[in-house]
Order: sequence, then structure tokens, then C-alpha cells
Amino acid sequence: MMSLFEKPILDNPLITAFAFVGAVIWISNQLAHHLTRGRVAGSAIAVLAGLALAYWGGAITGKSKGLGDIAQFGGLALMGGAMMRDFTIVATASEVHVDEAKKAGWLGFLALVLGTVLPFIVGVGVAYAYGHRDPVTLTTIGAGAITYIVGPITGAAIGASSDVIALSIATGVVKSIMVMVFTPVLARFMRLNNPQAAMVFGGLAGTVSGVSAGLAATDRRLVPYGALVATFHTGFGCLLGPSILFLAVKALFS
Amino acid sequence: MVIFGTALLAACYLVGVAVGEGIAALIGVKANVGGVGIAMLLLIAAQHYLQKRGLFPVDTAKGVTFWAMMYIPVVVAMAATQNVIVAAKSGPIALLSAAGAFAICVLFISAINRVIERAHIASAALEPVSDDHDPASDLSVAPDHR
Repeated sequence: MMSLFEKPILDNPLITAFAFVGAVIWISNQLAHHLTRGRVAGSAIAVLAGLALAYWGGAITGKSKGLGDIAQFGGLALMGGAMMRDFTIVATASEVHVDEAKKAGWLGFLALVLGTVLPFIVGVGVAYAYGHRDPVTLTTIGAGAITYIVGPITGAAIGASSDVIALSIATGVVKSIMVMVFTPVLARFMRLNNPQAAMVFGGLAGTVSGVSAGLAATDRRLVPYGALVATFHTGFGCLLGPSILFLAVKALFS
Repeated sequence: MVIFGTALLAACYLVGVAVGEGIAALIGVKANVGGVGIAMLLLIAAQHYLQKRGLFPVDTAKGVTFWAMMYIPVVVAMAATQNVIVAAKSGPIALLSAAGAFAICVLFISAINRVIERAHIASAALEPVSDDHDPASDLSVAPDHR
């Protein structure tokens, strides 16, 4: 019986991914409804379940794409890859109320600047506390605390070694997963309940994957506002990282 | 027709990403600068323009909204393909800088959002909704899912 399904599943990875994700979300909604009486959003449980499955997949295969590295679930890598993520984020713009977004454009920019500089300072500070003194290493780890794309791009631009770049990627990945997991938990504390607040959040929390998953698990209607700002985060970080921020670190520590 | 909506979405996406690449090349950055954000602005503008001229019938809109609804499933798939192992096994530097960066950002978000709430820059909090795509935002209110 199972072998009958083996071939269709392996031959149709994307379709399998649709069915699988649907099942995960259905189970998550049931859990949210019956176990937590709707106090925890079904999508928050689904994102957590996804991360848990990713851990399991990574533990089995020893590769980097979580469950996507298991042949039967290969379609998840396509469905959850950058192409589909960005395409569906753009689609959510159809639900944006222009007046709401206009009200907070300048706030979004302020948040973007803070969301780049603050994590960078923390990253540099932690690396310094652990005994690193080389400006290139400090900058690369600091840039990793902005996003896991800014880290390696900055590191490559200023000539960091590959183990430092790997460390900066790990920093970014940890941050992104923290944003995914803790945003719904901290949503009330952050007053994350209106479009302008979502734009501030998108700029400060950075990392598109973290922001998009965190907001999705909090309130779907806030997603486009947060994403609108967050999508500028990586580009902005890559602009500042190897230039102003590196020069500042160099001036301070050498 | 539904495909017109999806095609419009795809066109906005491609143009936005291309503009993002252009900006990146112009300022000498090795990453796309805001391409997705620009695509979002293009889609908002295009939709507004077409709607005003009555060229955006319900069927066409469906070609966009379907993909907007697919957003959460895509995010779940994305979560399932994250490198969680690296995150879990990373050393103290990665863990502490990530946690510290996130904590500071949370404090700033909280402070800024309280200020804009009081200054009435922020809109009123969204009402909790109860359709089955959107679990309610307010965690203290038990939402009725169906």
C-alpha cells in the first residue's frame, strides 16, 4: 500500500508539499481550538511545528534545509523557498490600506535605521566580550546580528574568514528563529495590534523570514505592513555593513 | 479571468525585483535593495488604477488574493526548511548576540509603539476577527474559529 504512494510522492514534490502543509495546519488548528481553546493562534502552532520538523529533518540528514532535505519532502524547499515567500508577500500588498501605510512611512524608516544599528552594536559587543579584537571579525559578527544575509555579504566584502562568516550566519539564523517563535508571545507587550505598529516592528525586528512568520502567527492582517518595511532591511544592512559600520568599528578598535 | 490577476502580480514582482537589482548596482551593494517592497508598492498602485477604471473585476482579484491566502502555508513550509540544527547548536556568541539584539529591538518596538499609540499616530487596534484564515490577534480573547 505504501509503496503504491512512493512513486507519486517522489515524482510530485510540490503537490506533496501542498498536501503535507495542509495537514500540518489542520492539525495545528485543531490543537489550537481544542487544547488551548483558541488562546494560541493555529498559525503560531503551525510555525512552531514547522521548526520542530525542520530540527528533526536536519538531525536525520545532517544537511541545511531541514525537512526539505528528505527526498519525500523535497517540495517543501520549493514551496517555502525565497521565490514563493516573496511572491506571496507581494500578494498580501493587495490588502494594504494606503492611508494606513502613508501615516507611518517616516516611522518605518526610523525603525529601519534602529533595526540595523542596534543589533549590530549588540553583536559587536558580544564578540568583543568573548575576546575578539579584529575589526573584520567584530563587524562580520555584528552584521550577522542584523540578518543572516547581511552577515555573509558584509564578511565577504571586508575579507572575513569562512569560520567567522559561518558564525555570523548562525547568529542571523538564531535571531530569525527567535523572532518567529517569540513574536506572538510578546505581541501584547510590543502593542503589535495596528498597521503602524507592524511597520515599526518590521523595521526593527528585521529579517524578512522572522518578521513574516512572526506576524503571520500574530495577526495575518498585519503581515503586509511589516513586510513592506522589512524587505528593505537586508538591502539597507548590506549598504551600511561594509561601509559606515565597518569604518566605525575600525576607528574604535584599531 | 483569474490568470490576469496572477499575471499582474507576477509582473509587479518581476519589475520590483529588477528595480531592486538596479538600485543595488547603482549604489554598489551585493544584495537586492527593497525589490519586494517596491513590488508591493507597484501592486498597490496598479490595483488602485485598474479599480478606478473598472478594469479589476472580482475574478481578476481572485488571482491575487489566492496567493495572499497561500502566504501562511508558505511560511509554514519555510519554517520546516530552516536550518534549525545550526541555530540550536551554535555557540554562545551566536546565541547571545541574537538574543541580545532581539531583546533590545523588542524594547524599542514596545517603547515606540506605546508612544505612537498615545500620540494617536497609530490607528486603533484591529478588531479580533473570526474567519478561519485569520486567528484573532488578541490572545486574551478566545476567538471563534468557524
